[in-house]
Amino acid sequence: MTRSLCDLSAVEQARRVRSGETSAASILESALTRIEAVEGRPPLIEGGEVVPDDRTKIHAFISQTIDRARKQAQAIDEAVARGEDPGPLAGVPLAIKDLFCVRDTLTTAGSRILANFRAPYSATPVARLEAAGAVTVGKVNLDEFAFGSSNESSAFLPPPGNPWDPARVPGGSSGGSAAAVAAGEATISLGTDTAGSVRQPAAFCGVVGLKPTYGRVSRFGLIAFASSLDCPAPIARTVEDVAVMLGVISGPDEHDATAAATPVPDYLAGLDDGVRGMRIGLSPDYFRLRYPDPVSGELNDQPIVPAIEAAVRDAAEVLARAGAEIVEGVPMANTRFGIPAYFVISRVEAASNLHRYDGVKYGYRAPGKLQELAELYRRSRGDGFGVQPKLRILMGMYVSAAQYEKGYYPRALRVRSMIRRDFDQAFDPQGRYRLDALLTPTTPTTAFELGAIYGDSVLMQYADLLTVPANHAGIPGLSVPGGLDEPGLPIGIQFLGPDFSEDRLLRLGRAFEVETREAAWRGGRPRVLQAVDHG
Amino acid sequence: MAPDTPPDEITPDIFAHLVRLAELELEPSEAEYLRAQLNGQLRAVREMADIEIEPEAPITSHGVPYPPEVRPRLRDDAIVACENPDEIMAQAPETDSGYIVVPEIPHTDLE
Repeated sequence: MTRSLCDLSAVEQARRVRSGETSAASILESALTRIEAVEGRPPLIEGGEVVPDDRTKIHAFISQTIDRARKQAQAIDEAVARGEDPGPLAGVPLAIKDLFCVRDTLTTAGSRILANFRAPYSATPVARLEAAGAVTVGKVNLDEFAFGSSNESSAFLPPPGNPWDPARVPGGSSGGSAAAVAAGEATISLGTDTAGSVRQPAAFCGVVGLKPTYGRVSRFGLIAFASSLDCPAPIARTVEDVAVMLGVISGPDEHDATAAATPVPDYLAGLDDGVRGMRIGLSPDYFRLRYPDPVSGELNDQPIVPAIEAAVRDAAEVLARAGAEIVEGVPMANTRFGIPAYFVISRVEAASNLHRYDGVKYGYRAPGKLQELAELYRRSRGDGFGVQPKLRILMGMYVSAAQYEKGYYPRALRVRSMIRRDFDQAFDPQGRYRLDALLTPTTPTTAFELGAIYGDSVLMQYADLLTVPANHAGIPGLSVPGGLDEPGLPIGIQFLGPDFSEDRLLRLGRAFEVETREAAWRGGRPRVLQAVDHG
Repeated sequence: MAPDTPPDEITPDIFAHLVRLAELELEPSEAEYLRAQLNGQLRAVREMADIEIEPEAPITSHGVPYPPEVRPRLRDDAIVACENPDEIMAQAPETDSGYIVVPEIPHTDLE
């Protein structure tokens, strides 16, 4: 088994660069060599037919920023040579979801309508990661405008493959992020989580993803999907690396009025303090699923996939042995309403955010001589948007239009309050359950095959069933690898905690990592990397 | 489709109106697919009708409370010049002497 510089953790890469043991340039070259080995052809707007070889590769990067990355790496190595500290992420290869503006790079949102948009500034969390020494290797694929859970709705095709089995989806919408990190093409990635878009792909790809508390990380420079739910969110291969990233990107920002001034703790300080005395809840409402039958549309109640439930229960036992107290039977009765409410709230907000793309000021404009302005709008938006943005615009307009409105939107906002209240009661220090965190599965299934669900927008949305409640409530959620299923695909387990409890969730995730270090499933390795080993 | 599935909430007429409002030009086959998907989504949305909502349940516009002490200070109400206007104008599909060019905006009377 070959381990390259690009396979090291971010903490170890930065330690070596800061100490002069390794150069940022050599870590970057290692990542570029890995990209060369596993990436395959780049996803393009006119990507053409998927050929069999595509299903053996990753296709994560919409654009690679190699010259820019080499300059960054060189600047870091020069800083080290001068005796300066280049920061806690010095020389760490970073992939950025192509939903974030990065100055002087194409920033496409995975959409034809922004395919030629060159960002004139950098998003705050991106600027902070780069200031901490991270080296941006490129912009990675996503569902168009983050609308999806499989990455298949991108205008840039072929879509990314899951490194554990490239015939399967990496999840979405931050699919390129999770796939790139799992395959060692980048050590860390900045994604976004609106309904689970970081936790679900992290679970599918066997990496760690954290959705911070809403307002923990600035949204400035993030192309908006649903502004009351969107959270910039870190992805890495270890909990410790996610902790470092979160410390770097968190905090107030004069450019985002929702970025909270709540103090940012040192997320590394208590990381190894263990879980003794922590109260961790299990809820039956996260082991039982209600979703529509793909044929009849009837709502069905089903137990969760047994291997996933088993992984969560095993994790609870592991944490109990480490000194945590497990609290069974915590009611989270409104969990099942998360998706129906999300169908309304996210669509209203998305429709509002998508009206700015009109072919006038930037982005795609329909070619040819057009008679009048409205024709320019209609043609540019008709050609420029894919199916998913169109669905969101139309649904958002329908459920918020006065003449059709049937109380959907105010009802959804009240359901949102009730979902929040479930969490408030579970975490209330004076309440019946007094939980430090809730332990749940991250996803109802492991990674599904490309093409298996895409096209059915209802069933696809239910991939977020267990992650979306945290977005409604605003609370943080951490997904960590928790095992492998029978075919060897990663299972994610999720820790949910009260507002601004990221330090506690990271401590839990870290303890689980340490306690399962010798577990047999930890020996699993993504298939694309097995090919690298044998190549 | 289950026998008791309610009729489509978004009819072809409503759909056509939404498409006009949304300023979208659609292929006929695309329109048919989108309308079917929207009606499928609304069937899922109607699950919310099962929930008993107490009349006093508040409307939540986002989950996390924002007490004044964690809100950033409002910035000064002052004009700040854009640092790179040329770069931003260069994104426009068609410009002329610092103006963005668009097709005719025909005169219409208010309905």
